[in-house]
Amino acid sequence: MTDTPATVPASRSSAPAGPVSRGAGSGRLRGAGNYLALLPFHLYVGLFLVLPTLIVTIGAFTTADGHFTWNNIAAVFSSDVFPDAFLKSIELAVSTAILGAVFGGLLAWAVVRGNPNGLLRQFVVAASGVLAQFGGVMLAFAFLATFGFNGLVTLLLKNQLGVVLDMSWLYTLTGLAVVYTYFQIPLMLIVFLPSLDGLRQEWYDASASLGGGSWAFWRHVGGPILAPSFLGALLLLFTNAFSAYATAAALISQGAPIITLQIASQMQSEVVLGQENVGKALALGMILIVSLVMAAYAWIQRRASRWVR
Amino acid sequence: MSLTPAQLGAAEPHGGALVAKRPKGAGKGLQPPLSQRAARVVVLVLVLGYLILPLLAMLEFSTRGDYDRATKTFARSLQSYANIFTYPNLIDGIMTSLEIAVLTVFGMLLLLVPTMVWTVVRVPRMRRVVEFLCLLPLAIPAIVIVVGIAPVYQWMGQNLGAVGGSALTLTFIDIILVLPYSYRAIDSSLRSIDTATLSDAARSLGAGWPRTIFEVIVPNIRGGILSASVLAIALVLGEYTISSLLSFNTVQVVIYLLGKRDPFVSVAVSLLALLFAFALLFVISRFAPGADHRAQRAAEEPA
Repeated sequence: MTDTPATVPASRSSAPAGPVSRGAGSGRLRGAGNYLALLPFHLYVGLFLVLPTLIVTIGAFTTADGHFTWNNIAAVFSSDVFPDAFLKSIELAVSTAILGAVFGGLLAWAVVRGNPNGLLRQFVVAASGVLAQFGGVMLAFAFLATFGFNGLVTLLLKNQLGVVLDMSWLYTLTGLAVVYTYFQIPLMLIVFLPSLDGLRQEWYDASASLGGGSWAFWRHVGGPILAPSFLGALLLLFTNAFSAYATAAALISQGAPIITLQIASQMQSEVVLGQENVGKALALGMILIVSLVMAAYAWIQRRASRWVR
Repeated sequence: MSLTPAQLGAAEPHGGALVAKRPKGAGKGLQPPLSQRAARVVVLVLVLGYLILPLLAMLEFSTRGDYDRATKTFARSLQSYANIFTYPNLIDGIMTSLEIAVLTVFGMLLLLVPTMVWTVVRVPRMRRVVEFLCLLPLAIPAIVIVVGIAPVYQWMGQNLGAVGGSALTLTFIDIILVLPYSYRAIDSSLRSIDTATLSDAARSLGAGWPRTIFEVIVPNIRGGILSASVLAIALVLGEYTISSLLSFNTVQVVIYLLGKRDPFVSVAVSLLALLFAFALLFVISRFAPGADHRAQRAAEEPA
């Protein structure tokens, strides 16, 4: 499967290489051949991305034996668990997106103010590249090693200061928010740094020469220019947290408070007869929410790119 | 890397004065040096502190030795790191993930590079379509892909024998998951060279398409290919959602299971994996297309 993409463009090599002065018919054929070379790519994406999405979408509206039904969607709305899980997921995504955007934005500002070729900037950018991807199991363990019952901070407080804190918050939604923020901050830095780099010195100078102070600059120049990129980054961070599963799965062992955990437990547990496809309805709900946010992101991104060159 | 005075100034107001003279008063009114410097230090200490603390904790946690009741401290020991080799499942998981990583890199390159080059030189109209498809996985959460693809994997496991049931089949999904990142890396490289002219030149000198792509274009987008590959490796080594829900024992799944029995070893492996990813990315950040881009942009921009 994986080696067809290379061989197909190769096998097309004779057609475009032929003499240009052929009939109109073969010209059209050759045009079709050009598109044909993209077929392996489309087939692959079709099979491993579009097909699963279709299975989810169709499954959300069918019974286990393939008949159309609204029951899966109805089951999602009538249950007392699923709407709550969606809400909690959204709550978690919104709060960590805001925390990540604010602190990541501040970090980006602090980095931009420094030497552009300095060690600090290189280090922070490289580290952010890794840490933004540092979700999942490893991150959960990192926080267990920090705030868990035998974690560094817990033991330091207990043994050196005699303070015993209840660290069970780590295994709740609050803990998830703290842990998610950990990968949101570096992601924000990566996304937002280019926009901050786009702020030109001339604009500071122009603002200053008109008598504007720091506040005036950010209120009238920097703020409005950065607003679209900031908002776009916020949406990206939202989908990032909303889609996350691994971190929550590794950290939360009891119950399934958020929607990704609910979908996983639908997949893993024996499902009630007639409810086989409820998991697909939940998955479809996630696709809808993420697609809406990503569409807004793409729209904002187009506006933001005007100023960031 | 050459920088124009304006850029140096923008990035470093104080050092900027060495290159470009700026009116003293303007600079002062704009950025009160002391309060701004203080704010910058506070931000750096707080945010970087938050990012570094769990890493330090991992280091501390994974190097714990015997507990001393009198001083209430731990002795330092590398036993947890040595213990990694006493868990064959863990070694298997690491090997499986590395194999998937290698397959994913090759599969991704074979799928993306010819397709992307082809859209640039022959069918520019399709460029948007390919871009859309490559970025699509960002809009479809991994957990949704698992739900949809589980029936496909069930079918493969039942009908394709040992190959269909192997953990290496995860490669197919991992290639999809890395598409957005790999696409961007290769795309920025392709944009920085004149692909159409290069391929016209190669073809007019008698090279066929395979030769044009692999001997002319590919060497010119090395940077993008390298970043795409490293991102793919990092993603595969960190992938948990799909392998755990399809019940394949990749390194993350094993780390998670082991964590219940011996969290010290789990933390040790996690830290090593993180350092490995960090080293890889630090190396490519020196060759990445983004780096020459910035220099190029700086050179083109009027002072």
